[in-house]
Amino acid sequence: MPTEVRHGAARLRADRAAACALALAAVLLSSTVPARAAEQGAAGEPAVAKEGADWESWHADNNVADLASVQRGARNFVSYCLGCHSLKYERWSRLGTDLEIPGQLLQQDLLPPGDKSTEYIVTTMPTTDAAVWFGKTPPDLTLMARARGRDYLYRYLKTYYVDPTRQTGANNLALPTTAMPDVLSEVEGLKRAVYRDVTTRGEGGQVSHSQVFDHFEPLAPGRLSAAEFDGFVRDTVNFLDYVSEPTQTARRALGVWVVLFLLVFTWLGWLMKQEYWKDVH
Amino acid sequence: MTVKTAAGAPAKKGFWGWLNKRLPVEDFISTQLTGYYAPKNFNIWYFFGSLALLVLVLQLATGIFLTMFYKPGELTSFDSVEYIMREVDYGWLIRYLHSTGASAFFIVVYLHMFRALLYGSYKAPRELLWLLGMLVYLALMAEAFMGYVLPWGNMSYWGAQVIVNLFGTIPGIGPGLVLWIRGDYAIADSTLNRFFSLHVAALPLALLLLVALHLVALRQVGSNNPDGIEIKEKVGADGKPLDGIPFHPYYTVKDVVGVGVFFVLLAIVVFFVPTLGGLFIEAPNFEPANPVSTPLEIHPVWYFTPYYAILRAVPNQRIGALLLLLAVAAFFFLPWLDRSPVKSMRYRGWMSRSALALFALSFVVLGFLGLQPAEGLYVVLARIFTVIYFAFFLLMPIYSRLDPVKPVPERVTYHAH
Repeated sequence: MPTEVRHGAARLRADRAAACALALAAVLLSSTVPARAAEQGAAGEPAVAKEGADWESWHADNNVADLASVQRGARNFVSYCLGCHSLKYERWSRLGTDLEIPGQLLQQDLLPPGDKSTEYIVTTMPTTDAAVWFGKTPPDLTLMARARGRDYLYRYLKTYYVDPTRQTGANNLALPTTAMPDVLSEVEGLKRAVYRDVTTRGEGGQVSHSQVFDHFEPLAPGRLSAAEFDGFVRDTVNFLDYVSEPTQTARRALGVWVVLFLLVFTWLGWLMKQEYWKDVH
Repeated sequence: MTVKTAAGAPAKKGFWGWLNKRLPVEDFISTQLTGYYAPKNFNIWYFFGSLALLVLVLQLATGIFLTMFYKPGELTSFDSVEYIMREVDYGWLIRYLHSTGASAFFIVVYLHMFRALLYGSYKAPRELLWLLGMLVYLALMAEAFMGYVLPWGNMSYWGAQVIVNLFGTIPGIGPGLVLWIRGDYAIADSTLNRFFSLHVAALPLALLLLVALHLVALRQVGSNNPDGIEIKEKVGADGKPLDGIPFHPYYTVKDVVGVGVFFVLLAIVVFFVPTLGGLFIEAPNFEPANPVSTPLEIHPVWYFTPYYAILRAVPNQRIGALLLLLAVAAFFFLPWLDRSPVKSMRYRGWMSRSALALFALSFVVLGFLGLQPAEGLYVVLARIFTVIYFAFFLLMPIYSRLDPVKPVPERVTYHAH
């Protein structure tokens, strides 16, 4: 299914440049851009009722066998994540083989200039600089889907909201006070979190007030609609799921034959046992 | 002059004869396999001994291949495991077989031990067989613990931290002992390398030796059976036990079926759910060891959690560690705590039966509680089941004597199919 990639290919270089610019902009202008957007959005249309209220029960529901989706996820990763994050255990050539991306296309559209396809997928951002810019080095994402879970990644990418109190101008429900800027705001648009007051009575009868998240309210539209962005995130998580264990499709496919063989073996073994045990009275 | 074998038959000619003159292959087969008489009434519980041996071989074989690619060291361990998972041909299969095999080993061994409790297999004349088996279990626990540290994931690191620190609760020598075990002031590169050495050399050798002794002791006293009757006491005119059948071919072909079923279950885990929802390989272990960031919940792998729950049930860490030690050690005393005149639960009364049922329940519940956070109701339950766990051992001399036992038949119960 290289068509999926080819469709995005023309956009890829521009996207990568945009992502780099965006990462820089996010760092440099972080506190001003979302704040201004927040002001604009306040006058916008009314929010969809209770959007995101059930975010804790969202599931990625991705399917690594869906090659087109994994390919789109790879494109998303190269465009939006690779600027800062590495996949240091995955080689470009492995990605090309597993995702059925022809070598030439891989070289043209995915590989950073000067990289060989046998090299590991590593960001060009120097780790020491990254640590200074973001307060921590952006983690390697190869195994993140296994370490934190696919659902977590899905919720994380979908619960960014504008928060002027944060240095990056953005905050996150799944990972509060996250160091990562809202890199996907250009795609998703901006939204703000609406809270509601909750009154709780402690054991001693003392009353305490707190605010809990209620729902999201859109502030500014992005390049994609809500449904398209959902697909965008699902594809990206699907790709990270693939990359966390590239052998998983082969594993399941082989497993069917192994179990079938063992069932036949066990059945024959049982017949042999019955034959021998006829003598035992 | 005709050379005779030990069995008295004339020696064979050709290579087989040449070989047997120099190595007692045929004698071994006839005394240990075709001439070894096992009770004919073994049930499903008797598969787990041979399966434990099978898993040992599986772990040795997969372990040898893993060692070819694994590089111990705090900078190399984690990466080399991922290299095995991704770039070594079928490395993922070898690794999953090894990680699943570790859990399978404990499942099989726990069922094997439960069988011994169910049919009184630890009672005279099999006390030493039981003690050797318990030593196998201890060596297996050490082997599994050290193996779990090797991938150098974050749960490996913090699990090792917690377990090694338990030695620090020993009065007087504790802190020095912990330093000696770790070889550093924290779990570090030196710890990782010595655990690797022990995991691939010292403990496998100890395991093989102890398993060999366990099998020799078994051949000496003969297998127990679900009726708890000594088949050697009823022999036929040919001197063979009336209720016995040759181990080979009868039990070898029967074990083939057990092996088949076991492999089907193992393959389902290995190929479709290798982490078993975080029970066999825990999610935090997909992040490299990080001395400054603990996982949300630190707990050992499921096969240690019954003991871990006992440890955490006590507020005082030193007493908790002592109870943990006693919880394992108690098994060693079973042959002398049990005063019942009857071996098998089939002929024991309600007291022994309910005691064993409660004990098995407490072991499973404690195992579950050890995986949960130590708070609220979980701690209360852990305390209740810790008391039940120890009551099983401490009260055994009393209830096993008072227990209304049934008469044991002369011959084993067996219904031909």
